[in-house]
Order: sequence, then structure tokens, then C-alpha cells
Amino acid sequence: MAKLTFKEELCKGCGLCVNACPKKILQLSRERLNQKGHSPVEIIDQEKCIGCAFCATMCPDCVITVEK
Amino acid sequence: MAVVFEKPKALTDAVLHYCPGCTHGIVHRLVAEVIDELGIEGKTIGIAPVGCSVFAYNYFTCDMVEAAHGRAPAVATGVKRSDPEKIVFTYQGDGDLASIGMCETVHSAARGENITIIFINNAIYGMTGGQMAPTSLPGQVTQTSPYGRNTETQGYPIRVCELLSELDGPAYLERVTVNNVKNVRNAKKAIKKAFRNQLEGKGFSLVEVLSSCPTNWGMTPQQALDWIDEKMIPYYPLGVYRDKDGENNG
Repeated sequence: MAKLTFKEELCKGCGLCVNACPKKILQLSRERLNQKGHSPVEIIDQEKCIGCAFCATMCPDCVITVEK
Repeated sequence: MAVVFEKPKALTDAVLHYCPGCTHGIVHRLVAEVIDELGIEGKTIGIAPVGCSVFAYNYFTCDMVEAAHGRAPAVATGVKRSDPEKIVFTYQGDGDLASIGMCETVHSAARGENITIIFINNAIYGMTGGQMAPTSLPGQVTQTSPYGRNTETQGYPIRVCELLSELDGPAYLERVTVNNVKNVRNAKKAIKKAFRNQLEGKGFSLVEVLSSCPTNWGMTPQQALDWIDEKMIPYYPLGVYRDKDGENNG
């Protein structure tokens, strides 16, 4: 079981983490905007996360913290 | 649960000003991770360039100096020679390092200065709005080459690692990229080696990072990473161009 936490206000919605995720459990929010006006990343299914940190490795803005 | 990935301590809490999907952020993080892992934050001095990464001095917790356009290797030479105990690195883009600063780059390499250079090659002038750079590819459309770079009138791109590998001075030259997870990890290894070389007094180390500019290339962030694979790597092959440890010379 792994856990992702997001510093949502840093997210610019570039989507590189979404493409890097091998389990395809990340998406850009379709309902929310952060204060900068970007659609922030969110996790669809925390249970499926394997804690590989591929998302955090590709994130240019250090949005994601991974715990395992 | 243990934290397996978080923001490195050598990065400040400042919000990066880069465009969404710009790989400058990834390379900043890799440099900061290396500073953390080598435990050299207190004795590292960075030299910021002119270009998109001009605000690098806001993002690293170590001491930073802002150099005039292209002059970062000259400033780094001065800092390193006046205090050889310090670890001195420059962080430069292609317009800074390969155009206006080519003289400083070549001569600091020829002198074999014991400094570390992180060179971001994104084949375009980013900050000023996407003009053609010395590293823009043949046929590449930019603001100042709207019909594509014409090599008859505008010449050919400069391959910096290959150019410097003709000199006897450099200790370590490698070209990496950060367009997928595997390449990010390889890039970190190269950056770490470039810093460790300086700690061991081996001399001039330069890591060229093929980087993306989604805004000025007119692509989505992911398309830009794919473009590095399709267009940039064939012209700028990845690999080690000089390693005085003897593993892979020339």
C-alpha cells in the first residue's frame, strides 16, 4: 500500500505524471481549478498505487510526495 | 509508511516560474537531489545564467551568483579559484552557453577548470519568445525561421559535447535527456558524477541535458517529450563524450 499526497497549488496541470503512471490511476481534475487556474492532478484509485514514484520523477514542480 | 519521494532540501519553497511541462523543473530537482546526497549544500555556490533559468538563484538554497549573459563559466572560474574548497556549478541554457557565452565555455573547458556545468539544450531561445538558437535543428520552425531553419543561410546546429571533446582540457562530458523515467535516472547519475568529479579534483565536467520547451515548440508537454525522442536524439546522440576515468574516451 502506497500513498500519494499532492501540493495542489504547485500543480500546473502539465499531465506528465498522468502519462508516466504505469497503473493509469492519475488524472487531471475535470471539476476543480487551483488558484493559478490550472486543473490539478488527482488520484482515481489510491488502492492500486504501487509507490513506484514514476509520477513524482517526471513532475517538474515537485507536486507529489510518495510514501510506501 | 516511509517517505520514498519528496522535494529535495536543496530546493527552496519558491514556486517555479517555468511554463507547465517545462523540464527545467526536473533538472533543478536532480541538481538539488545530488547536492543533498553528496552533503555539500553548505559549501556549494551556483552561478545562474541569463535566459529562462535566470531565476535559478531563487530556487536553490545554496549561495548563488547571477552572471552576465553567457559569462557564467568565467564567474565560476573566479569563484572556484578564489576559494577552491567550494563546489561551484553553473546552470546554463543553450542561448547562454552555446551562443553569447561560447567563448567562455570553450576556454574554461580548454583550461580544464575544476567546475561543473549543467547545460540545458532545448534547441530554442525560450525566455525571449522562441527565436532560433545555435542549437535549433535543420528545418525547425521558430519565430526567426518561420519557414524552418535553412542550413544554407543559417548554418548548422552546434553539438557542444562533440565540440568540447576535441579539447584536452575537459574531464567529463556527457549528453543525457529527461524525457522519460529511465532517462531522468540516467541524467541524475551523470549530474552526480559531474559534481563528484569536482569533489575529487578531476576538472571540467559538463552535462548536456536535452530539454523540452512545449510553449515555444507549440506542443503539449507530452508531445514535446516525444519530439526529443523523434527529432533531437537523432541529431544529438546521447552518451559519454569524454571520461578521464578511462572508461569511454573520445
